[in-house]
Amino acid sequence: MARAAVRGRLNWALGEVVELIDETPRVRSIVLDVPAWPGHRAGQHVDVRLTAEDGYQAQRSYSIASAPKDQRLALTVEGLSDGEVSSYLVGELRTGDKLELRGPVGGYFVWEAEMGGPLLLVAGGSGVVPLMSMLRHRDASGGAVGARLVYSSRSWEDVIYRDELERLASATDGPEVVHTLTRSQPSGWTGYARRVDGQMLAETSWPASIMPSAFVCGPTPFVESVAAALVLLGYPATSVKTERFGPTGG
Amino acid sequence: MAYVSRGFRGKRAKEREDARLPPGQYLVDDFPVLSAGPTPHTPFEDWTFTIESEMAELKRWSSESFRALPSEEVRADIQCVTKWSKLDTTWEGVSVDTLLEGVEHDATHAMVFSDGDYTTNLPLEDLLDGKAWVAFAYDGLPLEPEHGGPARLLVPHLYFWKSAKWVRGLRLMDHDEPGFWESYGYHIYGDPWREQRYAGD
Repeated sequence: MARAAVRGRLNWALGEVVELIDETPRVRSIVLDVPAWPGHRAGQHVDVRLTAEDGYQAQRSYSIASAPKDQRLALTVEGLSDGEVSSYLVGELRTGDKLELRGPVGGYFVWEAEMGGPLLLVAGGSGVVPLMSMLRHRDASGGAVGARLVYSSRSWEDVIYRDELERLASATDGPEVVHTLTRSQPSGWTGYARRVDGQMLAETSWPASIMPSAFVCGPTPFVESVAAALVLLGYPATSVKTERFGPTGG
Repeated sequence: MAYVSRGFRGKRAKEREDARLPPGQYLVDDFPVLSAGPTPHTPFEDWTFTIESEMAELKRWSSESFRALPSEEVRADIQCVTKWSKLDTTWEGVSVDTLLEGVEHDATHAMVFSDGDYTTNLPLEDLLDGKAWVAFAYDGLPLEPEHGGPARLLVPHLYFWKSAKWVRGLRLMDHDEPGFWESYGYHIYGDPWREQRYAGD
């Protein structure tokens, strides 16, 4: 198992918002120019700190969406109705504002092209964010490693990165992208229309015999059921890396 | 001096007032789940708990003999490094003091090990004197697998990754070394009141 090198303290860095992209009605990407950014690996996250005028502070962690070599750091945030940080980031933040960031954080749920594959990425909702960083990194590094994304969304309108995923998937050596839409489907939809289950994974995942690396990210019940189903399909537990977020991520 | 975020007021009055909340934390009412891989499902009847030195096994309990040990009810606030905190949680477990009774050693640290190859390191003194338990019940019910059942370590004065889920034993050591998350950039000790989240904090 690769171990991260010991490093110095992670300091707070100030990034400037240079672009805001509305991905879906509830999800926004925040593109930042962070002069002091030390670089990251695909799958890592970052702490964001907000400070009110009276000194009150709130911190949350968000997955990094951009690839390691992208010029700018991109986070993608889902606005939660009771989330004091996410509702600010999705509703109030404007270009030209600054954000305090600390990271990158996390060294286990990461993929680098040299780690090989094939890659099985399974996303529930905004759990696609760190997996998108991996797909962008894969694309930037030549796309030699086979990759499949199984991505569960409530509806077609809720699919984050929809156009970019289509563009990646249609490229030569692009990843295979399988959508399932659990609540509503566009007319004429012929794809999956239920929650990800063992049968769906048996049909869409790489066989365990070719030793894929699996990354699963989504809400806890999603991750629990997908990870358990992959183990039943013969994936060794150590080949299935998980990242979860709960309804209270804020 | 922190950068003031234009237009940010913060909605959560509770966090401003509750002195039980360490810096940078916010309160939750539910119980979020975090883990690095699939949830192991060891049936309680197959579960064992072992205390070992770096050389040998020193003590071992079957689930039956473990449950025959005196247990305690514990009420504690828990603090996750991912920033959520949960106050007044209630647990039942066996104190690590009870487990180490009669064990001869000159250890200074312990490596806690779990199903799924998870480990975490602690100074031994943080496990003694009523500060740590091996807990098998949460809120009056058997601990569910996704929260670490059949049993997890409970060390509530440190960030909750130190409270290893699916715990199977302690290895007593004469030195400190990083466990799983401590090798991936998280703090070697993890005191939430000093906000020791990441290496070097």
